[in-house]
Amino acid sequence: MAFITANWNPLGEAFYRKTELYEMCWNLRDGLRDCLVAAAPYGGPIALLREPHRRSPSSRPQLEIYSASGNSLASFPWKSGPVVQLGWTVNDELLCIQEDGTVLIYDLFGSFKRHFSMGQEVVQSQVLEAKVFHSPYGTGVAIVTGSSRFTLATNIDDLKLRRLPEVPGLQGAPSCWAVLTQDRQTKVLLANGADLFILDNTSCTAVSPPGLSPQVSSIVHMSVSFSYKYLALFTDTGHLWTGSAHLQDKLSEVDTKIRNPPKQMVWCRRPKSQQPSVVLMWDRLLLVAGVCNDIIQFPVEEQCVCVGELDGVRVVSSSRQELLQEVPLVCQEIFKIASMAPGALLLEAHREYEKCSQKADEYLREIKEQSMLGEAVRQCVEAAGHEYDIQTQKTLLRAASFGKCFLTDFSPDSFVATCRELRVLNAVREAGVGLPLTHSQFKQMTVQVLIDRLVYRQFYPLAIEICRYLKTPDYQGVSRVLKHWASCKVQQKDLSDEAIARAVCLKVGDSAGVSYSHIAAKAYECGRTELAIKLLDYEARSGEQVPLLLKMKRSQLALSKAVESGDTDLVYTVVTYLKNEMNRGDFFMTLRNQPVALSLYRQFCKLQEQDTLKDLYNQDDDHQELANYYVTASYREKRLESRLSVLQSAVDEYNKAKNEFAAKATEDEMRLLRFQRKLDDEKGAGLLGLSLQATMEALLALGLHKQAEQLYRDFRVPDKRYWWLKLKSLAEKEEWEELEKFSKSKKSPIGYLPFVEVCMKRHNKHEAKKYVSKVPPEQKVKAHLAVGDLEGAADAAIERRSEAEMGRCLLVAPPPTGC
Amino acid sequence: MAHSARRDSPELPDFSVLKRLARDQLIYLLEQLPGKKDLFIEADLMSPLDRIANVSTLKQHEVDKLYKVEYKPVVSTSDQLCFLIRPRIQTVKWVCDVVNADKAAGKFKRYKIIFTPQKFYACETVLEEQGIFGDVSTDEWAFYLLPLDEDIINLELPEFFRDNFLEGDQRWVRTGGSALHLFHSIYGPFSKVYGIGRCSKMVYESWREQVKEGEQKARQAEVGTVFLIDRDVDFVTPLCSQVVYEGLVDDIFRIKCGCVEFGPDVTSSDKSIKVMLNSQDKVFNEIRNEHFSNVFGFLSQKARNLQTAYDKRRGMDIKQMKTFVSEELKGLKQEHRLLSLHIGASESMMKKKTKQDFQELLKTEHSLLEGFEIRECISFIEEHINRQVSMIESLRLLCLLSLTENGLLPKDYRSLKAQYLQSYGVDHLLTFANLKQLGLLVEQQPGETLTVMESKMGKLVNDKTAGKLTDAFSSLAKKSNFRALSRRLSLVPKSDEEYDLRVPRDMAYIFSGAYIPLSCKLIEQVLERDGWTGLEEVTRLLNGHEFAVTGSNGADLRPQSDAQRIILVMFLGGCTFSEISALRFLGRERGYKFIVLTTAITNSARLIEAMLDNHV
Repeated sequence: MAFITANWNPLGEAFYRKTELYEMCWNLRDGLRDCLVAAAPYGGPIALLREPHRRSPSSRPQLEIYSASGNSLASFPWKSGPVVQLGWTVNDELLCIQEDGTVLIYDLFGSFKRHFSMGQEVVQSQVLEAKVFHSPYGTGVAIVTGSSRFTLATNIDDLKLRRLPEVPGLQGAPSCWAVLTQDRQTKVLLANGADLFILDNTSCTAVSPPGLSPQVSSIVHMSVSFSYKYLALFTDTGHLWTGSAHLQDKLSEVDTKIRNPPKQMVWCRRPKSQQPSVVLMWDRLLLVAGVCNDIIQFPVEEQCVCVGELDGVRVVSSSRQELLQEVPLVCQEIFKIASMAPGALLLEAHREYEKCSQKADEYLREIKEQSMLGEAVRQCVEAAGHEYDIQTQKTLLRAASFGKCFLTDFSPDSFVATCRELRVLNAVREAGVGLPLTHSQFKQMTVQVLIDRLVYRQFYPLAIEICRYLKTPDYQGVSRVLKHWASCKVQQKDLSDEAIARAVCLKVGDSAGVSYSHIAAKAYECGRTELAIKLLDYEARSGEQVPLLLKMKRSQLALSKAVESGDTDLVYTVVTYLKNEMNRGDFFMTLRNQPVALSLYRQFCKLQEQDTLKDLYNQDDDHQELANYYVTASYREKRLESRLSVLQSAVDEYNKAKNEFAAKATEDEMRLLRFQRKLDDEKGAGLLGLSLQATMEALLALGLHKQAEQLYRDFRVPDKRYWWLKLKSLAEKEEWEELEKFSKSKKSPIGYLPFVEVCMKRHNKHEAKKYVSKVPPEQKVKAHLAVGDLEGAADAAIERRSEAEMGRCLLVAPPPTGC
Repeated sequence: MAHSARRDSPELPDFSVLKRLARDQLIYLLEQLPGKKDLFIEADLMSPLDRIANVSTLKQHEVDKLYKVEYKPVVSTSDQLCFLIRPRIQTVKWVCDVVNADKAAGKFKRYKIIFTPQKFYACETVLEEQGIFGDVSTDEWAFYLLPLDEDIINLELPEFFRDNFLEGDQRWVRTGGSALHLFHSIYGPFSKVYGIGRCSKMVYESWREQVKEGEQKARQAEVGTVFLIDRDVDFVTPLCSQVVYEGLVDDIFRIKCGCVEFGPDVTSSDKSIKVMLNSQDKVFNEIRNEHFSNVFGFLSQKARNLQTAYDKRRGMDIKQMKTFVSEELKGLKQEHRLLSLHIGASESMMKKKTKQDFQELLKTEHSLLEGFEIRECISFIEEHINRQVSMIESLRLLCLLSLTENGLLPKDYRSLKAQYLQSYGVDHLLTFANLKQLGLLVEQQPGETLTVMESKMGKLVNDKTAGKLTDAFSSLAKKSNFRALSRRLSLVPKSDEEYDLRVPRDMAYIFSGAYIPLSCKLIEQVLERDGWTGLEEVTRLLNGHEFAVTGSNGADLRPQSDAQRIILVMFLGGCTFSEISALRFLGRERGYKFIVLTTAITNSARLIEAMLDNHV
């Protein structure tokens, strides 16, 4: 325990420490010499390209990818053009920027994903230098070309190239430059000799850092802090200027007394930093220059690479990796020698307690007297989070737990959370996993991203364990991992479709939020259509199955799935797709097997494509429907001839359909139409289109009795109908004589009661009475009543000896008067 | 008659929240098109919209002018047009024409189509085909449920019936499912779901799927039982003439969206009056479920009561008078106005319905339902056709004949069809094709000739013994499904007993005691048996597709709980006011409360009209 401060170095009022993270697992023969190295922040992977500039075709440079702990993830010979710069995206993808401006993207395991170009003109002028940077918009790339022009892409996933304006007087590459993200804009800051310029989309502005010594003739190195807030400039006079990135304020200027430019210069600060510093690295020396003008020097034995982090700098060498950071304030307070901070006292108390010494009580009392116990526990918990050594973490947490026992209303949340998080962090820091995250980085990154990173690295079981341990909701946690796992599983070429489908189903089961269609789509991408179909069977939502099936050209299956789903929009989507994809015959045949789809399509055709409808019926030999179609169509024809010819087609189809009745009816209609036409031409009767009945009515109304008679005979109109018709028509015109003649023409098929009623409707009692006598006995009462002849009715009723009818008479009879 | 409801019958849930929900969503959608805009509303959405949001509400949200969609070029000057329409291809095509006309004239406007209750892919296809997909933004107004009354919720989708049952177009199934889902999410969870019919089953499945996709919250159910029924399970009931007041008003004056327009012959003035018909109308509420023959008596009693209430004024001092005027007079006046309207309506109906032919029509219907004197019925129908009494009525009778007799004899089928075509034109060939397709009017298959025998016998004996004879005959062989169902469920009460319409015994009162509606009887039986057990024969005759699902997502299963006794009946394809009256009666008898959720309110005329092919 006493040794905790052994690696602390004072810088101003603060301390800096260098903690070993890993003995690197890799075995690099030539160290990091002559290598292009890119290491991602947040404990990300490391990419190495050996001897990128040896350009003999026989020996290709080797591209190697390692985890942060040095486990090899991929290694392959570089076959493309010369690489200027390597870099990592926020999604752990490797960017290889080539001289010709092409950027190739590889995943963590070295498989090629895609490429893009930084512009055509770059092919000519070549990339001199390039930088990969991160901003809230994603990962960006900036290059400077042989013609001294800068090109920027702020987000490589949404590529928009911006060519920045020319810099006056710049020849070749600038002496140094950096990318800044300020005010939601990405800019380039560059130095040409002693001149500083800011390049944005539209302009190039000369700037000067406040308080920079005038004797400077060249700025040779610059560095922007992790948050883009601070800027460090190294001059040829060996001075290090630090200030805000806005170039408004100066923080300090330190004379390093070393004139040659450093190989790397990185800001080293942490959130709530007391003593920010800049780490400068030369071949043999690592210099930490604090803003307070104090410096620390570390000798360097082998070639190193510095990786700027949110809260420190990682120093990677061929043998080991160290974290250089300012000791967090809370750790300083606890561990500083002779510290009387409550946390330090609590730690001491606990140590005595474990020794079974009563001093524990004294220490505790001391804290309690100042009522600082809560603070003490908080300090221990917080400090534990910042410590990398597991033993130290435990000691601190035990102390916190001990102190907690003496508090009544202390919320355990932060303690519990820290315990959990440390457990997760320790697990991912394991060399086998190799994610050397600090607690602050973890908090910044969030669990979701950590899970993603683990998933990218294919640590599925660990990811799932972490999700379960942290009780992440399935939707964000376990399900997401399973989804990735399954997508990866389907790519395993050595397993049979059957085995994979079974394995996937077994693991994924009904986990909420895992979409089988997504997995199936992955399988299809890998060319495993059969597997994809098997997997789709597990998909519960048909809306998800169908589009993929269509993509896989399994249209029949897609159609039946769509029909099963009961979602007509889905059916319709498939139908439209098929209509465009297939030839007509096949399309109709397919529909024929799916009645639901067929009727949907028919409905659509009825409104949109009448002709297709006809073809559909034709295809099916559905003569009945076809005939109906023609009948409908006939009403759209304006001219009689075309109407008749369409109707003739209907007749033919009805005959084919063996629907003689309809055929006959249609033929009659044609005959009627011709007849009407003739009369219209001759007499201008305006009959065309009327029904038979209406035609006869019209004829009778016009007094064309002969023609009406002709229709009656020709169309074999039932006698009853004709009699009704004529009866009504005559009565309406009040041709009573005609009516009487008609009544005597032969025995009425409708009886004579209607005659009575018709006359009465016209209020002609006199005429009505003529027919009463003709009415058969069983209707006599009714007839008498109709003409208002109560006595007659009563007589008839008595004659018939019908009580019911008698009753009816009584009902209408006026109430007896007198008695 | 005194409808004393059982004291323990549960309270109906409050449906006004549905209106609020729909209104808020509409306002939100209108706000999506900021600034002044003209709103075009599909004609049959006018009345439903009126129940949800009035003109001033629309104006508040920057709707400038309101137009009805009339399939004509528009004359709007606004540069923002909003269309509130049903997802119909025809209407979408019209919108396309409007947009294309503007484009051709070089006018640039913003267009938005709000489809209600949902949009169909086919509509978007039309937009795409007409090349205006990019010019128009589309939205969905999920206005599924319109509460018409405290126990009626309407989807206002009359085309559901034809599309689904005749054309086999299942696009509305999901709409049905969504409507049920919406209801479920507010008033559920349901613990028992019964249903019969293919469409019901599909709607049920669509609903289940939507429940699965959505999140679930444990709630106290307000409605616990659901019964889904397809219209094609029972065509007989909606084809009968309605004789209960509300149904009769619908048959004669056509109730539109809970509102009826009484013409001058009713109002006894020279203008028409629109009246809302619902339980808010105290007079109407008391007579809506009554057999028409009782209505007059009730109304005159009411009039007398009203007079007495008015008469109270006499002998009042100033103070009493004041309270009378401020508290009672308004109510009395209102009641007076309504009373006079309903009396007017009843008189007008009396005039039409007490005529001889109506009596004979009813007699024929009853004979058909009972299944005797079929020959007489056929000649009545024949005469009906020949005399061209009514195009729709004739078809209705033909359908009733076919349904009850399980098809017409080939000879009758042909001759009746031929005569109908002579009366109303050959284009009705298509109507007959449709009716056949739907099974409403079909030819008897050979081997089913027994009914002829029956009717001949009936003719010979020509009295009540015929009924018994028919009984004997029909038990011998395969006969009409309707007859078998009628016997099994005893839908037709014994005709030799007098039926006192003042004190109804059963649901048959809605058809003057001649017939218990099949749909309602099924509901009664299933609720009584808690499922379909014991009804196997019935469901076989109805072509199956029955289902019963009990217990889901921890809903309250205690049979006595209130939610269990509030029953949602969903009619797919529409229901009639008579059926609703019958269910209300059943509810009173058994201590249930029924809520009717229907795709539309239908009646015989609407049902038949849906079968016509109107070729434009």
